[in-house]
Amino acid sequence: MNKTWNNKAWWMVLPVVLLVAFSAVIPLMTVVNYSVQDTFGNNQFFWAGLQWFEEIVNSERFHDALARQFLFSGLILLIEIPLGIFIAMNMPTRGWALSVCLVLMSLPLLIPWNVVGTIWQIFGRVDIGLLGATAAKLGIDYNYTRDIGDAWFTVVIMDVWHWTSLVALLCYAGLQSIPQAYYQAARIDGASKWAIFRYIQLPKMRGVLLIAVLLRFMDSFMIYTEPFVVTGGGPGNATTFLSIDLVKMAIGQFDLGPAAAFSLVYFLIILLLSWIFYTVMTNLDKQGR
Amino acid sequence: MAEIYLKKLAHSYLPNPQKPEDYALKEIDQVWEDGKAYALLGSSGCGKSTLLNIISGLITPSQGEVLFDGKDVSHLPTEQRQIAQVFQFPVVYDTMTVYDNLAFPLRNRKQDEASIKARVTEIAEMLELSADLKKKARGLTADAKQKISLGRGLVRQDVAAILFDEPLTVIDPHLKWLLRMQLKALHQRLNRTMIYVTHDQTEALTFADQVVVMYDGYVVQMGTPQQLFEQPEHTFVGYFIGSPGMNLLPVQVDGNTAHLNGQSIPLNTHYAPQQGAKLELGIRPEFTQLSPSPTANSLPVTIKRIEDIGRHKIVRADYQGQEVNILVPEDQPVSTDYHYLNLDPKHIHLYANGRRLKRESAA
Repeated sequence: MNKTWNNKAWWMVLPVVLLVAFSAVIPLMTVVNYSVQDTFGNNQFFWAGLQWFEEIVNSERFHDALARQFLFSGLILLIEIPLGIFIAMNMPTRGWALSVCLVLMSLPLLIPWNVVGTIWQIFGRVDIGLLGATAAKLGIDYNYTRDIGDAWFTVVIMDVWHWTSLVALLCYAGLQSIPQAYYQAARIDGASKWAIFRYIQLPKMRGVLLIAVLLRFMDSFMIYTEPFVVTGGGPGNATTFLSIDLVKMAIGQFDLGPAAAFSLVYFLIILLLSWIFYTVMTNLDKQGR
Repeated sequence: MAEIYLKKLAHSYLPNPQKPEDYALKEIDQVWEDGKAYALLGSSGCGKSTLLNIISGLITPSQGEVLFDGKDVSHLPTEQRQIAQVFQFPVVYDTMTVYDNLAFPLRNRKQDEASIKARVTEIAEMLELSADLKKKARGLTADAKQKISLGRGLVRQDVAAILFDEPLTVIDPHLKWLLRMQLKALHQRLNRTMIYVTHDQTEALTFADQVVVMYDGYVVQMGTPQQLFEQPEHTFVGYFIGSPGMNLLPVQVDGNTAHLNGQSIPLNTHYAPQQGAKLELGIRPEFTQLSPSPTANSLPVTIKRIEDIGRHKIVRADYQGQEVNILVPEDQPVSTDYHYLNLDPKHIHLYANGRRLKRESAA
């Protein structure tokens, strides 16, 4: 084989390089720039080395926010994935009922984050909110501004309300792609409903579930707007997730250096976790071969 | 294992069928013997899948009954019918190993592991899957997957019939032949009732003891491959089976003479007059010869094309605007100067509106 070597071809890559540079690399590099410097204002910067990174990685505040973040993402995955599968399996498969279902389920997905937060902020209010006031009338002590448990409950349920449809719709698509012959074969083989789920539906949904878990994990790990609108990170720091903490640090306290270091560590954690998720799940896939 | 009796069976997809055209499957009344291999043959839309689905229990017939060994199963769901089915596309349980796939129907029926193991090993041996037992089923080739599908039916001892719904559709051509032979051998060994749906005449003829040819919702003929070849009961059978199919020429019959547009051919037998029916003379290309000079049974033809396909030659000729095919053995000379076509009277069949006429008496 005689390959033609022509380095001019590299020019073809240039547009992409420029695009990525301006959209991602350069903004990221300014953050990197801030993360190794200190400033006392007047646009004067001093070299700080890895000081901010050391501080962030060892700070209790960061550890707590990270722990809350993991708890939150874990909880919503534990609820949304099984619930989404359950809904998808019980959805009508044809006719007007299906259309109604699809429209109703898509609605939460179309609502902007801010509005979702506001809806739930009002919904949960003890004085005028449907949920809060009803709970108060029934004698249930529910107040998300005061009680840590209630705050967590509200934030988690809000995310479940907002995003379970996404999981359900993905699973529904996965289920629809299973040929009828599989169900018929399973009936002939005398398989129970559970066996059909375990050996046909679940394996056939594997691909969409991988996407659903990844999307929901990444998205929930970066959540900011909704809890910020509802609880503002409180009571105390009880619902201060990583993004909320970062914004407090960067804009509230204007600690640019530590906030930049925080951003990079945050970014690396998400990158690492997504990579692990993806690798583990695709490897599970390959073991089948 | 069971005898299958299709008692006055008919099916229409419409709620209130009135005319015969409303029926996707016209009334049939047939007994399929225990342990034999049957093929349902026909082009798409002829009702063969409807019939298969009635037997498997996917469809409840609008009329008649399906009896397995005298027991009416028409209203039983699939899982209670003791049937097995191999589908057009391979159905395997992806996450399971080949062993678990084969064991699955038995495990669902709560058999003990020791007897399952013995049975699975035996069936795997039979299907030449022993080496793959520990592999995951999803990684195997399409033909191996089809064998697993079949195996899941074979492991059960209570299976009344094994149904095949065009099982070789996705198999590579060179493996098709191999798998067909294995299937045939398996049938001879196991003597289970097998029903094989296909639109491929080669598959049907090599696999089945009895071929059920369907056309437009009717079962037009059930018979051995030889009967279908020698005595096609319907012009569709004549045309569909054989390569090329039967020659059909419009004809008038007067007692024991056939008149084909001015040419007369003596028939060996006498036929009753058919009023107003569309009459056709059918003869297979195998039973026609070309000759340079006329005889008593010959028609003048013009040869258009000679195709030499190795085993024999197919001659495409023209008789008054009708295409006639002639099969000529490879070693026999043939040239475009041959202008006369001899028809062997023993193999001439007459069809009225598509159906073969009974011969009334010897001439």
